Amino acid sequence: MDRNAVSERLTGVLVSELGLDADKIKDDAHFEEDLDVDSLGVVELLMALEDEFDVKIPDEDAESIVTVGQAIDLVQGKLAG
Amino acid sequence: MVTGVGAITPVGLDAESSWKAIKKGSSGIGRISLFDTTDYKTTIAGEVSTWDTDSHFERKESRRLDRFSEFFIVASRQALAQSGLSYDGDEEGGARAGVMVGAGFGGMGSFIDEIETLSDRGPGRVTPTGVPKIIPNMAAGLVSIEHNLTGPVSCVVTACSASANAIGDAAEIIRRGAADVMIAGGAEAAITTFGIASFSQARALSTRNDHPAGASRPFDLDRDGFVMGEGGAALVLESMEHAVARGADVLGEVSGYGMSADAYHITLPKPGGMGASRAMGAALKDAGLDADEVDYINAHGTSTQANDSTETAAIHLAFGEAAKTTPVSSTKSMTGHLLGAAGAAEAVVALMTLRDQVLPPTINQETSDPECDLDYVANESREAKVDHVISNSFGFGGHNVSLILSRV
Repeated sequence: MDRNAVSERLTGVLVSELGLDADKIKDDAHFEEDLDVDSLGVVELLMALEDEFDVKIPDEDAESIVTVGQAIDLVQGKLAG
Repeated sequence: MVTGVGAITPVGLDAESSWKAIKKGSSGIGRISLFDTTDYKTTIAGEVSTWDTDSHFERKESRRLDRFSEFFIVASRQALAQSGLSYDGDEEGGARAGVMVGAGFGGMGSFIDEIETLSDRGPGRVTPTGVPKIIPNMAAGLVSIEHNLTGPVSCVVTACSASANAIGDAAEIIRRGAADVMIAGGAEAAITTFGIASFSQARALSTRNDHPAGASRPFDLDRDGFVMGEGGAALVLESMEHAVARGADVLGEVSGYGMSADAYHITLPKPGGMGASRAMGAALKDAGLDADEVDYINAHGTSTQANDSTETAAIHLAFGEAAKTTPVSSTKSMTGHLLGAAGAAEAVVALMTLRDQVLPPTINQETSDPECDLDYVANESREAKVDHVISNSFGFGGHNVSLILSRV
């Protein structure tokens, strides 16, 4: 899956699961500072991404995710690997 | 002093519309729509059927809220708006203001959902916001966050007397000077699979499924159990000095608070009514009133066999001769039993009674029960001079709570 396709589906999850505004979701958007997604929200997001993409995201990977772009890269890496 | 009220009930989405329906004797009981009732002995309840979460919360917020918290947050907004108080950016004022919520369960629906997820999909699929959604004190925490209230913020969990306790305890906090303002009340949203199943197994619920509006019939001979309701209610309580200093409109005051325990059984009231009678007696003593000065009793009146006859006996014990001339009604005949939110919803009714000088009825009074021999304001509301109201709330565990609300 190319990066754009992952990005599009991830945006869909952020809107439907976390109730975020699609316009604000950009690659360099910081979850906590720009999107007001707290640490619990990041855990919820990663759970939703596991369901959406049928991948496993271990806790140690989850801890390093602070921006939308990082989440996209992580998912793409899991899909490739 | 009470300077604001809010209420979300099965008969209205705010205090005014709820009171209007109650005065008219309108029932809010209907078929359960919140879950599939196939296989359930009881299929009726008092739902807040027109509740629209999205009109009160952004999805981003509401996904972390249980229904019971939604009810309490919105009732608190209504009460605070009526009081005219706001603590946005007021750190000093906010530190003198708090919240006291009462709930029987808290987020029962969310608990059920998460336990199902755990069973079906394993521990890795349980949401991290599960516990904050479920815990009953969260409703108070959420209201404190929304309105910047950093004084005493707490929670009472005493089953169906919880929010009466919350109001009494909040009034105590103000009386001892620990806060100037408290938002006090309760919320419940237990019309769920487990909630209905468990009360049903306890033989506590009415099974008059073919006649929902007639199912909650407190004190009537043919009563067959309570009807579950849901909702939330909140009062803004304020010290007299604080209310007077800002020229606030005062709706009434919490003038007396009494409680006792039956020390008898987990769910049944102690026969004879001595426990509940002692709660009423304690509230009268706290208010400095004699029983014959009370003009109206808003009864716990659940429509169970055991409660209504025992409460009647308790009123006889506490009031003596005055019991014969003191009107009593149960607005649960219309709203159903809001469990942990009942005490607060009925305190709002008591304040409206004082304001309008109208006693709300007990509907569905058709056949009198020899063990229930008081004046229950049968079927139609009635004008009366009302200066002091006792509101009773009793809970599983043997809790008996009486509040007295008075005109100022």
